[in-house]
Amino acid sequence: MFIEINDVNKQYNDKENRPVDVLKDINLSVEKGQFVSILGPSGCGKSTLLSIVAGLTKTTSGEIQIDGKTITKPGKDRGMVFQQAALFPWLTVMENVTFPLKKEMKKKDAEETALKYLQMVQLGKYISHYPHELSGGMQQRVAIARALAMNPETLLMDEPFGALDEQTRTRLHGQLENIWTETKKTILFVTHSISESIKLSDRIIVMGTKPGIILQDITVDIPRPREEHKKEMLEIEDHIMKYLKKEIDKVVSEELQYANSH
Amino acid sequence: MQTAIKRIIFFAAIIAFWEIGSRLELWHPLIFPSLSSVFSALVEGFQDKTLIYDLIASFKRLAVGLTISLIIGTLIGILLGKSKTADETLGAVILALQSVPSIVWLPIAIMWFGLNEKAVIFVTILGGTFVMALNMRTGIKNVSPLYIKAAQTMGATGVDLFTRVIFPASIPYVVTGSRLAWAFAWRALMAGELLSTGPGLGYTLRYASDFGRMDIVIGVMIIIGAIGMIVDQFIFQRIEKSVIKKWGLES
Repeated sequence: MFIEINDVNKQYNDKENRPVDVLKDINLSVEKGQFVSILGPSGCGKSTLLSIVAGLTKTTSGEIQIDGKTITKPGKDRGMVFQQAALFPWLTVMENVTFPLKKEMKKKDAEETALKYLQMVQLGKYISHYPHELSGGMQQRVAIARALAMNPETLLMDEPFGALDEQTRTRLHGQLENIWTETKKTILFVTHSISESIKLSDRIIVMGTKPGIILQDITVDIPRPREEHKKEMLEIEDHIMKYLKKEIDKVVSEELQYANSH
Repeated sequence: MQTAIKRIIFFAAIIAFWEIGSRLELWHPLIFPSLSSVFSALVEGFQDKTLIYDLIASFKRLAVGLTISLIIGTLIGILLGKSKTADETLGAVILALQSVPSIVWLPIAIMWFGLNEKAVIFVTILGGTFVMALNMRTGIKNVSPLYIKAAQTMGATGVDLFTRVIFPASIPYVVTGSRLAWAFAWRALMAGELLSTGPGLGYTLRYASDFGRMDIVIGVMIIIGAIGMIVDQFIFQRIEKSVIKKWGLES
């Protein structure tokens, strides 16, 4: 297996100094090139799990291997896209995307690489703009191009479209699917939206909260493009719903809030 | 009504009151000279070049003092922002020193350097250093953790992380720090010059006062105020505005 998550536990101490389990006995294997969604209500530790894979957070126990190598710190083999684009405002779009390439490439090569990925997210015309001149959706596409520019084996996405409006999100789903088909990256995609996970992924890891555990591992084998298979998508949605009534109630109320606030 | 029109009417009223009041001798010219005599004193000062020499001398001291204070302030700020121990120890001292008016340092400066150029520059440096240091410190501490995480996932660590992400991310605070450092240094310089030897705007101010030339006193005060306002509004506030916009800090 390409990504191996072995017995990962994560605890932190709360205000009264009592240990709280954020993640409990997480075991997960991911094949190379797979698009895996990690679905769960907020507080289930899904973002923490992704952060551990990124090397930004340490485990309390257990380890994660990618391609046989144990993860101890962040690395360019794993590109990360956050909920906020996290572009550097003092750099242009081009400079942002070449940021991770500065040390290993000549300027010209770095810019060529960056342009290739910016064109992939259809922003080739915006290379000399600054982030504040772009819309939220465009910023997020630059962030995706920036992560891809390092040519990582794995793409880690932490609710990357969570802060965007519905239409923009739908459009970016399509773009992400194309990018994934084109580049064959392994993608770990954290979301709290059931429909988003069904639309995009090969596999959905459903997590429960307090403590964060894996409740179910669902394979989605609906042919793409999935818009043409609405019925099958709904069946899986029902399946997840039925199986996880209690947890999903939390998800749904969260999604309602989410829909209301956007 | 537009702000500009309101201002023009306001200032016209003040100027009219000032000039008419002086001509009607509502107050003694030694207490407060007329606008026209202040104006002619300024014209005279620029014609015989004394005010020009004063301006050059003051700006030279300011340039040296402010530059040094910005450099020292930035370095201290970085130290306080990066090292918790330094912040807990040196930080407290800097915070205390910040509340000491810089002119209070002049007696020490005179003992160390004598009543000369060096003493005035020393006071000017102290005027700007602490406020710059405290702003730089806040800037470093307020860098969004998201930027740092993002940079780490792209392989940036250590010095590379600092020079390419942490420092540039805190530029808005560097600009604000510089603006305040300039304002504090300018005040400290004027105070220092008042008590020291010429040439310089502050020195001329005291000299004119000693000789009862109220027209020159008022004229020089107007120059000092105008320079302060112009540099603040037209240089620093503009830079600050564009940086805040670019760094996405607009509320």
